[in-house]
Amino acid sequence: MSIILSSLLVLGILGAVLAVILFIVAQKFKVEENPKIDEVESVLAGANCGGCGFAGCRKFAEACVKSAEEKKSLEGLNCAGSNMQTVANILGLTVEAAEPKIAVVRCSGSCDKAPAKVHYEGADICAFANTLYAGENGCPNGCLGLGDCVKKCAFDALHIDPNSGLPVVDENKCVGCGACTKTCPRGIIELRPKGKNNRRVYVGCMNTEKGAITMKHCTVGCIGCAKCSKVCPFEAIEMRGTLAYIDPAKCKACGKCVEECPRHAIQKVNFPQKPAKPVETPSEENKTEN
Amino acid sequence: MNPIKTFNKGGVHPEENKLSKDSPIVVFPIPEHVIIPMGQCLGAPAEPIVQKGNKVKAGQLIGTAKGFISANVHSSVSGTVNKIDLVMDHTGYRKQAVFIDVEGDEWVDGVDNSDTLVKEIKLTREEIIARVKDFGIVGMGGATFPTNVKLSIPPDKKAEYVIINAAECEPYLTCDNRLLLEKTKEFLVGVKVVMKAVDAPKGIIGIERNKMSAANLLDKTIKEDPYFAGIEVQPLVTKYPQGGEKQIIKAVTGREVPSGKLPIETGCVVINVASTYAIYEAVQKNKPLVSRIVTVTGKSVKKPSNFLTRIGTSADLLIEAAGGLPEDTANIINGGPMMGKSVSQTDFPVIKGTSGILLMSVAEAQPRKVSNCIRCGKCVQACPMGLEPYYLNKASKLNMFDETESHHIMDCIECGSCEFTCPANIPLLDYIRFGKAKTGAIIRARK
Repeated sequence: MSIILSSLLVLGILGAVLAVILFIVAQKFKVEENPKIDEVESVLAGANCGGCGFAGCRKFAEACVKSAEEKKSLEGLNCAGSNMQTVANILGLTVEAAEPKIAVVRCSGSCDKAPAKVHYEGADICAFANTLYAGENGCPNGCLGLGDCVKKCAFDALHIDPNSGLPVVDENKCVGCGACTKTCPRGIIELRPKGKNNRRVYVGCMNTEKGAITMKHCTVGCIGCAKCSKVCPFEAIEMRGTLAYIDPAKCKACGKCVEECPRHAIQKVNFPQKPAKPVETPSEENKTEN
Repeated sequence: MNPIKTFNKGGVHPEENKLSKDSPIVVFPIPEHVIIPMGQCLGAPAEPIVQKGNKVKAGQLIGTAKGFISANVHSSVSGTVNKIDLVMDHTGYRKQAVFIDVEGDEWVDGVDNSDTLVKEIKLTREEIIARVKDFGIVGMGGATFPTNVKLSIPPDKKAEYVIINAAECEPYLTCDNRLLLEKTKEFLVGVKVVMKAVDAPKGIIGIERNKMSAANLLDKTIKEDPYFAGIEVQPLVTKYPQGGEKQIIKAVTGREVPSGKLPIETGCVVINVASTYAIYEAVQKNKPLVSRIVTVTGKSVKKPSNFLTRIGTSADLLIEAAGGLPEDTANIINGGPMMGKSVSQTDFPVIKGTSGILLMSVAEAQPRKVSNCIRCGKCVQACPMGLEPYYLNKASKLNMFDETESHHIMDCIECGSCEFTCPANIPLLDYIRFGKAKTGAIIRARK
């Protein structure tokens, strides 16, 4: 019995002494940190995606607090995954809501439209395959389909469609952090504004080769015919060599270019369903006759 | 002849399959068109200096080197420049090239196209190196590193040995073997030229013992003629990668190249057989590098052959001449089976680094099922550089590039012994190459 008592006593005294030492040390070497950093961090997405340009959410929170103290604004700081208004409220500031953005995949060369000519065996890293060869379908700018972007996405918003072999963005999950755009070795993924009613029009192609060469390996590749840029009433389409680019700031999503494109390289998403087919065909024929 | 030597660490022994070793070198007819890519060396591509419609002669300079690690490009045929355009190289990417329509076979003045052996070396050291640079000679084993850079010894270093890499450790390839057998004397004069260029007293020809006929012939020729004094033949064990630069130095001299340093640290200059012959032609015969020997081989190929072909000839034609593309071809490889790269089409032009075109049959190139790493350590045993491939693979996969750097990924010579020996068929080398590229970029950015 006395053994138990004495050991309890010894351990108890030891614990108390150590607690006092720890308390003194903790007071002495206390790191002063703005409590707002913790507060800001708690309302951030917490994915550490790096889309803001900082090494994780903690660093971003620190940058926000620092910027608020020094410049009284949050200019240049944006976390796509969380509500910046909440962050601003904590720091006693107001922010204008940034235009919501979403990742779009600018390659439409799916398995059926750009059939594979060779078979790739090897490491499933796009960045590596990119250094080796042009791609299974021969397009030097197209999607390699090995999913570097999928692995990078911290929000589970990207996955490779097994039928098309291309990455698909889940609109509900994508926060527009842009991590995938930096990962893709070919820069196929672009951040574009979500657009009015979620409607977007973009060129689903990145191929910069001459039209005749593009036609060889892809049925939906942009050949640089510039028809779309002529038909656009808002001058939103510029030709970058033999590749059309739709400026999202000017585009009003009228969809005229989509009808005009002879290669069906321009994609429109979230538009209401077209009327039934019989109505559509004559109208297209009329256009070609004109 | 010296007793047989080898390097001590790692290595594998793949099936040799030297199918074309008895086929003499055939001079391939000049094709109607040639496509001469501007990027034929490891460094920056050359800048074309001809224009559409220009008449060119064989041996005429058509592309000038841009930068230190870059090589001149010469026209391999005489004719008219059709266009300067992009052409798909063996990777499928488009690179700049000069297209020439062939008319006759007219050479630039001063080129000695005769078969006479020129022994007397008239040029001085500096002149030889300048000639090698002007005539666009690169390492023809496949790496295509500009040879003049190798021959320029830093002033504080001294070259003791010229090691001629005749190991040809890649299975299937026989172009160096045939060159040694058929152009023995020319090759040996080339060795003398290199020895003079780097001022080395000794030249050693490292040759694997599966090519004893060539080794004996070389030995006999050297002993018969006192002119070749100072050259030795060193037989080596048939083991891959015996022909790796660092491995052959270790095997021949017993010296080890320090990590991250060049072979000259050990007093050695290593030159490939085909490059040595090209140096002979450039220095003694005044002939730029416009042709090379290409082995076209494969188990289903009707006539595995060695062709002496002009640079820029389409690989299609060579395959056709070797009996056509076999029906069961599954994989076309530019180079040897260990270090060569798979190509996506057959109409790529032959360049200075194309040592072979290998057509693998379905049975050989059967995709194997990849399973998990069980840490058996076979790759560690096989690695000739003493690295841990399984670990580098894992770290590269996880983007842990500080780990790959501290585990010396930059010392990897990309020989593929690890992948060859892996019982789980993991594409180790792919991941290591990826990690090496990323780590290299990080190290360069830090400087």
